[in-house]
Amino acid sequence: MVGQEQGSGARALQRLAPDLISAGAPGAGVSAGLATKLSIRSIGKSYGPVLALADASLDLAEGEFLTLLGPSGSGKSTLLMIVAGLIQPTAGEVWIGGKLSTYEPPNKRDIGMVFQNYALFPHLTIQENIAFPLKMRRMPAAQAAEEVRRVLDIVQLPHVAGRLPKELSGGQQQRIALARCMVYRPSIILMDEPLGALDRKLRDRMQLEIKQLHKRLGITVLYVTHDQEEALAMSDRICLMKAGRIEQIGSPEELYFRPRTEFAADFLGESNIIAGRVVASGADGVVEGAGGLRVRAQVDPALAPGRTVKAVIRPESLRILQPGETAENVAEGVLAESLFIGGVCRHYVSIADDLVLSLKQLTDGGAAVPPPGTRIRVGWRGDHTLVLGVA
Amino acid sequence: MTSAIETRRGRAGPPLSSAGWVRAWPLYPLLLLIVAFFLYPVLQILWLSLINRAGELSAENYLRATTTPVYLRTLGITLQISAWTTAFSLLAGYPVAYLLATARPRTRDVLTILVLMPFWTSFLVRTFSWMILLGRNGAVNKLLLSLGITDAPLSLIFNFTGTMIGMVHAMMPLAVMAMLSVMQRLDQTLVSAARTLGARGGSAFWQIFFRMSVPGVASAGLLVFISALGFFITPALLGGRQETMISQVIISIIQEVLNWRFASALAVMLLVATALVFLLYDRLLGLSSLDGAGSGSGTARPPGPLGRLGAAVGGRLIATLGWLSDRGGEIWERLVPVRPDRRQRSAARGVLLVSGALIIAFLCLPSFFVIPVSFTAGNCIEFPPQGFSLRWYALYFGAPDWIAATVRSFVVALLTGAAATVLGTAAAFVLVRQRITGRGIVLGLILAPLVLPRIIIAVGLFYLYARIGLVGTVLGLVIGHTILAVPYVVITVMAVLKTYDERLDQAAWSLGASKWRTLVHITLPQIRGGILAGFLFAFITSFDELTISLFVTGGSTSTLPRRMWNDLLLQVNPTLAAVSTIVLLFVTVFIIAAEVLRRRAVSQ
Repeated sequence: MVGQEQGSGARALQRLAPDLISAGAPGAGVSAGLATKLSIRSIGKSYGPVLALADASLDLAEGEFLTLLGPSGSGKSTLLMIVAGLIQPTAGEVWIGGKLSTYEPPNKRDIGMVFQNYALFPHLTIQENIAFPLKMRRMPAAQAAEEVRRVLDIVQLPHVAGRLPKELSGGQQQRIALARCMVYRPSIILMDEPLGALDRKLRDRMQLEIKQLHKRLGITVLYVTHDQEEALAMSDRICLMKAGRIEQIGSPEELYFRPRTEFAADFLGESNIIAGRVVASGADGVVEGAGGLRVRAQVDPALAPGRTVKAVIRPESLRILQPGETAENVAEGVLAESLFIGGVCRHYVSIADDLVLSLKQLTDGGAAVPPPGTRIRVGWRGDHTLVLGVA
Repeated sequence: MTSAIETRRGRAGPPLSSAGWVRAWPLYPLLLLIVAFFLYPVLQILWLSLINRAGELSAENYLRATTTPVYLRTLGITLQISAWTTAFSLLAGYPVAYLLATARPRTRDVLTILVLMPFWTSFLVRTFSWMILLGRNGAVNKLLLSLGITDAPLSLIFNFTGTMIGMVHAMMPLAVMAMLSVMQRLDQTLVSAARTLGARGGSAFWQIFFRMSVPGVASAGLLVFISALGFFITPALLGGRQETMISQVIISIIQEVLNWRFASALAVMLLVATALVFLLYDRLLGLSSLDGAGSGSGTARPPGPLGRLGAAVGGRLIATLGWLSDRGGEIWERLVPVRPDRRQRSAARGVLLVSGALIIAFLCLPSFFVIPVSFTAGNCIEFPPQGFSLRWYALYFGAPDWIAATVRSFVVALLTGAAATVLGTAAAFVLVRQRITGRGIVLGLILAPLVLPRIIIAVGLFYLYARIGLVGTVLGLVIGHTILAVPYVVITVMAVLKTYDERLDQAAWSLGASKWRTLVHITLPQIRGGILAGFLFAFITSFDELTISLFVTGGSTSTLPRRMWNDLLLQVNPTLAAVSTIVLLFVTVFIIAAEVLRRRAVSQ
């Protein structure tokens, strides 16, 4: 399992390698060597009888951007805090840069952290804020000032050095928090929902900026968010968490197209989930769902006929079929509702009593959409159906 | 700009027109009372201090006060004792406030009640408890002797030590609460951030947490210092001749020689000292830091030279403290090495918990010593008590003068509570809901009796009452106590009203209720917890009040505190312990009820 994860990490790094080399950043050219910057081994945390985190293991490769994604209470922030040393785990080990750090105090760890509310010291100027970690490391003042100038240039805010944090906008504070973290070149930068307090437009821009900084400087990032779009857009790999456990780790594409559980399928993107039973397994498998709907799909041979399963289809994989048109999978039903939401339209098609399929298609100016109440047929490809075993 | 504020607050009508002043009518009864029985008497004192026997303007009173060594010395002692009280209260209060700020909310609530214990027990009772504990044959000395720590009893009372213990005990809760209010607003993640950025525990605490809590420490210091300036009960009962404070001198001049002009001059000097402290505070830190709004520096006004000096010295001091505790931490780590593979508890947290527990015990336990002592079968006060009897209770209930004083105090407190609640609530409505010009001045005037040394108000009222025949009357007491108690009602009700959702009232109007019926059926039922809490605070303020009672009552018109004061000064006896026990239980139950009500009302 660990090997598999490292494999995908390596792919992520290979994708990154050209950027790293062109930026001349430290660690460039290690794509083959693959240094593990962070290793979390069976970490657990319980508060009395309450289990906040159970048996979490993951590895973070140098230069990798890994996101802990999950709903609130999933343990993602707890895991991040344990890596930071701000919460002590009750089980397991944390290795940072090849050094056992499970119970090391935060200041002895080679990490930097960006907090949700940025945690800029309100009584210090931007200059003093960024110089703080350097001062703690006893760097001579002149050299520290030079370093501060360097990172302020990187985040493109060289003119704010003398200001107080409250005199900056949210986006600027965010960049300063990042600069304060980068200035002492920690092995890993931890980010706890760093964009949570920003409005949507600014958030989109900051996502891009952080992503570009990550590529340009080759920094290693452990990122926490509950926003699936953010996770998909930014990460090399995503670690999906639920109720204190790691649900699935993989690249964004893997998680989106090959979720291993119903939770994963539902949490990332939208899904139509059809409960059913396996009729035939294998490459030309068939699943029978509610109302006798037969769905052709590739079914894992381990799922023998008769097993209860869930068939997962993304709304954007569904198509409204024109009369006479056909597809690998076809379902017939009544168009219950059509919603126009800008760039896309969403249609709800009632197939059976307890089965409504949601269908998403790009808004197409002229195309005639039948009025609600019309009987229509929808179709989709067999390889767009994912069949998950139900435990 | 005015319109912008109005739009924000959703108010109708021009606020600054004459109509605004008409609508503010509920404020006027209280304002009138304060002008007549607070502002006027205090101004009168100022005037009296400036005239001679013939009624001409003269500086003779001040000349006498500043040229007679004994008065100058008293002023010096007053400042000195206040300064020491402030220093000890801050020093011992800070760890407690920090403990409260970082505790879980549940724990914090319980600890807050314990810390406020001295605040909530009668002033006289708790001073009396210290007399029992610290005396030559007191509990502390008995314990030390029996443990063999000392051979002879230590003198812990009627000297500087006794005064300090009593005053710090009285003032520390105030210091803790003032510091806590700032600390609670501090963002704890800033300390975490400092740690992840490489700061050791010591540096992170001093350079981040402590640095940002400085406004709280400063405002706590200010509050304690100016409150301590006016003290007379503690130094009179626990101190010796060397600890005579200026309020005591003022009292004796009035009571013994009735020299109004000279007493006024001394009172004005006390007032000036208070004002100077405020001024110095403002210069150093800015008064705006008092409300704790700014959790750091960065006031609108650039700091003056004094302020810059303060900042520079303070910054260096904090850096040094951080450096010292980091080195201390390193030494500790050499003794008990940090291991990355094992959990460890922080040694600093352990020290904090132990010292916090000791200080909280110091705050909440002593008052209860009056209870066992009151059941003694012996003839004098001693701890542990001899045998068990109810004779002192029988004596209390059988003594007409004690009972009369108790009833009198009760009646006055009830009337004061009612008056303060009605006037204060009406004023709070105007202050929260209407925009009136001079709001700051009005609020300042209403709250001033909290800050001004009570002795000044008492002397002024006595002088006024003497001329209009209110001395020794219930009415005179009620008016005086209302002036002192009304700030508590105003503060409590304003706090509740600020959290009150005015859309409920708007909904009631839109549903057809008149303003009056909205008030009666919608607003008042929802804020009644806050109003009741205000009433209880006012009741207790009056019930425990001694300063005004000291002047305007006496003999057959004594209140209970006045009666106790006499016995405490002249002949301490177990009856006092019985009375104290009754007052202690009564007051504590009342105050805790008020506090619970207030919290419920505000948190709704």
